[in-house]
Amino acid sequence: MMESDRMMEQGLWHGRQGASPNLADVLERVLDKGLIIAGDIKINLLDIELLTVKLRLLVASVDKAKAMGIDWWEHDPALSQPRARQLAAENARLRKRVEALETAAPESRR
Amino acid sequence: MASYTYAVARPFDPNQAAGLVGVDGAAIHLVRHQDLVAVVSPLAPADADEAALRARLQTLAELEAIARAHHRVVAAVAACTPTLPFRLATVHRTDDRVARLLRREYRRFRETLERLAGRVEVGVKIYVQHEGASAGAMSVAEKTGGSGSARVGRDYMRYRREQRDRRQYAWRCATTAAEQIDAVLAGLAVDRRQHRTQSAALSAAPGENVFNAAYLVDAGRAEELAARARRLGAENPDVTLEVTGPWPAYSFAGSEERT
Repeated sequence: MMESDRMMEQGLWHGRQGASPNLADVLERVLDKGLIIAGDIKINLLDIELLTVKLRLLVASVDKAKAMGIDWWEHDPALSQPRARQLAAENARLRKRVEALETAAPESRR
Repeated sequence: MASYTYAVARPFDPNQAAGLVGVDGAAIHLVRHQDLVAVVSPLAPADADEAALRARLQTLAELEAIARAHHRVVAAVAACTPTLPFRLATVHRTDDRVARLLRREYRRFRETLERLAGRVEVGVKIYVQHEGASAGAMSVAEKTGGSGSARVGRDYMRYRREQRDRRQYAWRCATTAAEQIDAVLAGLAVDRRQHRTQSAALSAAPGENVFNAAYLVDAGRAEELAARARRLGAENPDVTLEVTGPWPAYSFAGSEERT
């Protein structure tokens, strides 16, 4: 076994030596990368994409969520497909609105 | 029993994977076709049902357990032999279906494995630091000594504007630094993929993630690329840089549409 192979198994660069990689990095790779096999699959890509969207909408860190014992999707109907899209769109709209307000507010008060 | 499929690989000594367990602690076995193997573990019929599997993936604890098991198997196999990682939750009805997949995609799998052989993936994330979101806001307003609330409001708004400008400036500096660092690292790599930046919420990140990429590199040069990345990050006052890996070549498995 080559040295680099041992490194890969132990993930030598993930923070402390021998520490397992952080969950966000693992999820990014196994949910977002890796080969997609079309066809004979039980979970379709849309679901995976939704999981990913949901992960990105998260406002609590994984560690915090764990500490609080939150299984976020369980208590959140957002995984049903239209709702997740709605949330993402709504999120984007709200950000724009807040930005617009922050930009406009001082001038409008003069 | 359904077949949870982790990866396709070049044949390797199964003893090297002895004791390797996957999702739900199930033992790993290999499905062979010519000079390819698929790395598989059995999944109980109750879990192989689409709705059941999806439900399991909707709780953080289950998602983490399955994701880490998936990664553990892929990494262990990739440490022995050229490996083409599959996406999470790739489940076939039977081993026969897996064998059929190997027959059908034989040429493509062979070509991809050739490209990945002897190579690993190195992750590089670059962050910009922002000062505390609104920590100083009230103190600025207080320092003005104005008595009217309108005055305080105006000062607060000015403070917010200045803060936003500072953030934008810092973000631009960091983005420029990231482009320069990326250019150097890409020169050391066989290939590169830029990923979406990670939300700060997901990881205990040291600031806002402005750049997130993976570099495919010969295994013997992974340490060199990592060291170079760290040095470039340390030399640049505008950014914090984090190296992860070495990983199996998830980002270069070939399913990505080039964007």
